[in-house]
Amino acid sequence: MSLTDHDVKNIAHLARLALTEEQVPVYVDSLSKIFDFVAQLNAADTASVEPMAHPLADQVQRMRPDEVLDSDQHGKYQRNAPRVEADLYLVPKVIE
Amino acid sequence: MTELHHLTLAELNEGLRARRFSSVELAKHFLARIERLNPTLNALITVTAEQALAAAQRADELLASGEAGALAGVPLIHKDIFCTDGVLTTCGSRMLANFVAPYDATIVEKLSQSGVVMLGKANMDEFAMGSSNETSYYGPVKNPWDLKKVPGGSSGGSAAAVAARLAPVATATDTGGSIRQPAALTGLTGLKPTYGRVSRYGMIAFASSLDQAGTLTYTAKDAALVLRDMAGFDPRDSTSVDTPVPDYVAALDQPLKGLKIGLLKEFFEGGLEESTAKLIREALQVYERLGAQLIEVSLPNLPLSVPTYYVVAPAECSSNLSRFDGVRFGYRCENPKDLVDLYKRSRGEGFGAEVKRRIMTGTYVLSAGYYDAYYLRAQKVRRLITDDFARAFQQVDVLMGPTSPTPAFDIGAKVDDPITMYLNDIYTIGANLAGLPALSIPCGSVGGLPVGLQIIGPHFAEAKLLNVAHGYQNETLWHRDIPKGYE
Repeated sequence: MSLTDHDVKNIAHLARLALTEEQVPVYVDSLSKIFDFVAQLNAADTASVEPMAHPLADQVQRMRPDEVLDSDQHGKYQRNAPRVEADLYLVPKVIE
Repeated sequence: MTELHHLTLAELNEGLRARRFSSVELAKHFLARIERLNPTLNALITVTAEQALAAAQRADELLASGEAGALAGVPLIHKDIFCTDGVLTTCGSRMLANFVAPYDATIVEKLSQSGVVMLGKANMDEFAMGSSNETSYYGPVKNPWDLKKVPGGSSGGSAAAVAARLAPVATATDTGGSIRQPAALTGLTGLKPTYGRVSRYGMIAFASSLDQAGTLTYTAKDAALVLRDMAGFDPRDSTSVDTPVPDYVAALDQPLKGLKIGLLKEFFEGGLEESTAKLIREALQVYERLGAQLIEVSLPNLPLSVPTYYVVAPAECSSNLSRFDGVRFGYRCENPKDLVDLYKRSRGEGFGAEVKRRIMTGTYVLSAGYYDAYYLRAQKVRRLITDDFARAFQQVDVLMGPTSPTPAFDIGAKVDDPITMYLNDIYTIGANLAGLPALSIPCGSVGGLPVGLQIIGPHFAEAKLLNVAHGYQNETLWHRDIPKGYE
């Protein structure tokens, strides 16, 4: 398959990735090749096969009681934040 | 006199307990090697010398008091994908170039309790996406066997560090071969345990249904010693499996007479170089001499493992990496004009080219109208491959074949062609899709470059795999080879 510039820009938008104009044709080329490559999967007969989401076929993910186990660490966590003020994460204005 | 860095982890552990040398001496010895050799190799992103000496001091005190954990005083390097409390944790990415982890990953915590001394954090492909360690924001890692060659990836820094004798063990992760392929390319023993055997808590996620933590060491015995203290149920990882951890060390010396080895027919076809194939056949002869029986088996769907992986892994990656939004941690672009601009430019500038490629691949295969054709179909083929393995294990105890189709290749040789790069993992991906444990051990060299033999087992058969690898290492000396200039 052959993707267009428009397709790649749309995928990048959905993925919230800014691409430069020079990067677009590079991804058009490599993503097209990747989708051609994975098209081999169409050769498999999967008509009566259940999709497998977990590598240990019969494992069920556990639930745990909804209890507070950790203490308040927000000061420590916020040291990694790009911008914080009054214990709040700052972002550009969203509501006018 | 034998140098300290010539000793295996098991020998170092024994020497520490016998007080032939102290943990502080060991830490100083390996830190001096790191200082001298790492600038060329670029295997470590962060060196934690001060913390290491303090931890070594504590280990010596515990060893003196007789209260030491099983690995007290043993030096170790963690892959920079594992969160380490108070220490820079970059995952090889500009996105996390300023990220100081606020807690320890479960395996970091467990190994610290066992007494290991962390020397630093290893370089890696960005977010573990790569097979050559060339996608790292911190630059490529060199292979100590030949500085023009890649060490493999994504755990390339871990592998180069252990191969260059900068530490007797490094932790690593394997999503599609990222422990086994670097082990093969640098002459090490690399173990990827069963999915769910080792906690993923605090291990930065790439593809959550495939990621598994493991080890890079010289020998299977060393791997057994470390896995014993790394493995186990963790309530903080919802996919961690609650099944007892056996004594991997005690199981090492089981005789191999009567072992049924399946030769994967599909692994000896296609892109396998003849010089590598020859070494694999010679390794199989060693097993025959030990009384094992070789049986050819066919896994007809296995050739579809690479395309299956390159749908499933990017899909999970696009979802996992959506957490990097430039708001709570990680890189933020300059002067965002609004929130969408902040997201897009922080991610566009913070992620490298390969990570962006995989996020976009994943976004596409999960998008409306394409989900059934790509993602759902890949999940179905994943079951076909898993069923092929299950059928094979009704006939044989373990499966064997090459780890990688070729020895280490030149830095720069495959970076421009993602498909060629992806095909490096053609022999390793199957075990990840099926959640199986697998390891690679050195079995010879071609033109001075190591070659790895891969051994795959049924779920939770780590003890058997280590036993089988140990049996070979009792008969051969490949695991004792040290690259020139690093003796």
